[in-house]
Amino acid sequence: MGKKMVLTGNHSVSYGALLSRVEVISAYPITPQTQIVELLSEFVADKILNAIFVNVESEHSAMSACIGASAAGARAFTATSAQGLALMHEMLHWAAGARLPIVMANVNRAMAPPWSVWTDQNDSLAQRDTGWMQIYCESNQEVLDTVIQAYKVSEQVLLPTMLVLDAFVLSHTAEPVEVYDQELVDEYLPPYEAKYRLEPGKPQAFGSLADARTYFEFRYKMQKAMEKAVGLIEKEGELFGEMFGRKYGLVEEFMMDDADYILVTSGTITSTAKVVVRELQKEGEKVGLLKMRVLRPFPFETVRKALGDRKKVAVIDRNISFGHHGVFYQEIKSALYPLEKRPQVFGYIPGLGGRDVTPQDIRDMYFDMKKREKVEEIIWKGVKL
Amino acid sequence: MKFFWDGVPMEENTFPGNVACQGCGAALAMRLAMKALGTNTVVTIPACCWTIISGEFPYNSLNVPLWHTAFETTAIMAAGIKAGLTMKGHKDTLVMGWAGDGGTFDIGIQALSGAAERNEDILYVCYDNEAYMNTGIQRSSATPEGAWTTTTPVRHPEDKPKKNIEEILAAHRVPYVATANIAYPEDFVRKFKKARDIKGTRFIHIFAPCPPGWKMSSELSIKSARAAVESKVFPLYEIENGEKFTINYWPKGIPVRDYLKMQGRFRHLTDERIEEIQKFVEETWEKLVRKHELTHGTTENIPRGGEIFYK
Ligand SMILES: Cc1ncc(C[n+]2csc(CCOP(=O)(O)OP(=O)(O)O)c2C)c(N)n1
Ligand SMILES: [Mg+2]
Repeated sequence: MGKKMVLTGNHSVSYGALLSRVEVISAYPITPQTQIVELLSEFVADKILNAIFVNVESEHSAMSACIGASAAGARAFTATSAQGLALMHEMLHWAAGARLPIVMANVNRAMAPPWSVWTDQNDSLAQRDTGWMQIYCESNQEVLDTVIQAYKVSEQVLLPTMLVLDAFVLSHTAEPVEVYDQELVDEYLPPYEAKYRLEPGKPQAFGSLADARTYFEFRYKMQKAMEKAVGLIEKEGELFGEMFGRKYGLVEEFMMDDADYILVTSGTITSTAKVVVRELQKEGEKVGLLKMRVLRPFPFETVRKALGDRKKVAVIDRNISFGHHGVFYQEIKSALYPLEKRPQVFGYIPGLGGRDVTPQDIRDMYFDMKKREKVEEIIWKGVKL
Repeated sequence: MKFFWDGVPMEENTFPGNVACQGCGAALAMRLAMKALGTNTVVTIPACCWTIISGEFPYNSLNVPLWHTAFETTAIMAAGIKAGLTMKGHKDTLVMGWAGDGGTFDIGIQALSGAAERNEDILYVCYDNEAYMNTGIQRSSATPEGAWTTTTPVRHPEDKPKKNIEEILAAHRVPYVATANIAYPEDFVRKFKKARDIKGTRFIHIFAPCPPGWKMSSELSIKSARAAVESKVFPLYEIENGEKFTINYWPKGIPVRDYLKMQGRFRHLTDERIEEIQKFVEETWEKLVRKHELTHGTTENIPRGGEIFYK
């Protein structure tokens, strides 16, 4: 089934888009994303992929072109990073508000100034409230698989999906990746049949002025679609497992049986932390790991079930909401608040701007949490002053 | 009367009862454009007066699909829709972006330049009422010299001439650039039909008077539009492939003052200022005539006498 290839994270995205038979691609260069669309433009030029590639003059236009194409019923794709994603901001709202199932890859890169091309999550997290689903990937295989699943879910709930991968640590690192047979992917992901689209001969208007009598319900329905997506992501992740041999969920529970202490991670820090958790368990520590894969829609029930009964939780955030604290930390705490019995939750911030987060760092954070009694707003890890 | 409507189809593709102001040049412009284009068309409109004119949810005052878009995205949105329609088998459907002067000359010029340079297969129309009207009459780079707006008050009126958008587009070597005017429906419709059948980026700049924004009464809409042409303030011409200039009509050459005097937005102008504007208009017109001459080797073929248009 399929073939094994050695692919970078970026090229895994490209292959995911190829297998998803995207019809319109529009993008603009930005490090570290560029390779994704370079390879796609080759697929299109070589007619390996039957699609139109719109070579725009900005990311704002890239997202706009995807919106127009999707509005006409085509499967649209783009990829970006950091400044590019920030420039798209207005159109991210537009894509979601117009209920278009666009899929975008965002390579997590730190925001300027000062300039950086290295990874942290502030770019994607700043777009958290635009109405896009957000899925954080850990490996190149997960990246490829998530592109395909993202279309499957997006096209059912009519919301766009942003899949997120770490700059360089994933985007430029090669791993063996299984690239599936096209027929099998076609079976999983049928062609997109837009229920509502710009159809010559049908004079309907989309996005017209909606006054206070109607606007509210548009937003209510977006939230309902997000809520529906929670179950769908699980269902489609399971079906994906049956068909391709790799199962996906909203989160991943790693060695959590009987663990009193849980590390919560996202992105590639997860892989490093998994190694550490395995070692620590061998040393007799009661530790496990929860990987946050899906941030939007937020998997409240799953997180409560996974963390509710534990003693302590350390949330590791490669991001910061200035004036508050790490974003995953906020989200986990708010999910646990309604529980009567809940663990103590600590928030750690390491690795901004791509600073290495080593196994030793993760060990340190674990033991720090274990001995800490009082919750602090932010526990910085690795700041040199 | 019959003369002016020669070649203007009876078919209506805009519906009556829209919410445009009385005498709105932009509303009449759309009516004429849609007559010419027919229903195998998809329209996209950014933030502008036409956002409102086209109707509140769930209405649509156009007899074709309409996609509302963000202010600065008209050209790329049209190109994106075109790409999507093409992939979905609607290869022959015309996609028209329809934006105001602010959306074209100012905030949308990046996406427009990008689309024009790539020669996207779209028709881009700018209806020009010479200010940001939807937000209440603020200047744009299409606001003419001397005009009052709420951000160029009479103590400091607009002091720069209008941006030459036609030549900016021509510099991209797009296949077709034209000016059109609601007071010349026959010429207007001919240009839209011509544009409809060309491939690549087509750009039409429409002169669209705005009675409330120009501080004039609504029955002067057509009169002021006509005076803009006859005074050479807004000549009717076409540029093909970025270099072939064709003036469609030799104006009567009425004084610019006659055009300015109809409108409250120019009321503060002194005789001296009006003379300066007159001089600028003449110079600009002369340059345009030279470009026509360079293309055609003569100016004799420019129709005069006020009635017949060069085709
Ligand atoms: C990014 C952005 N900035 C500002 C606005 C506010 N806005 C809406 S319409 C408009 C004026 C449009 O002017 P023009 O393009 O000339 O069209 P008109 O209203 O004159 O028809 C402005 C400034 C907006 N919608 N989007
Ligand atoms: Mg305007």
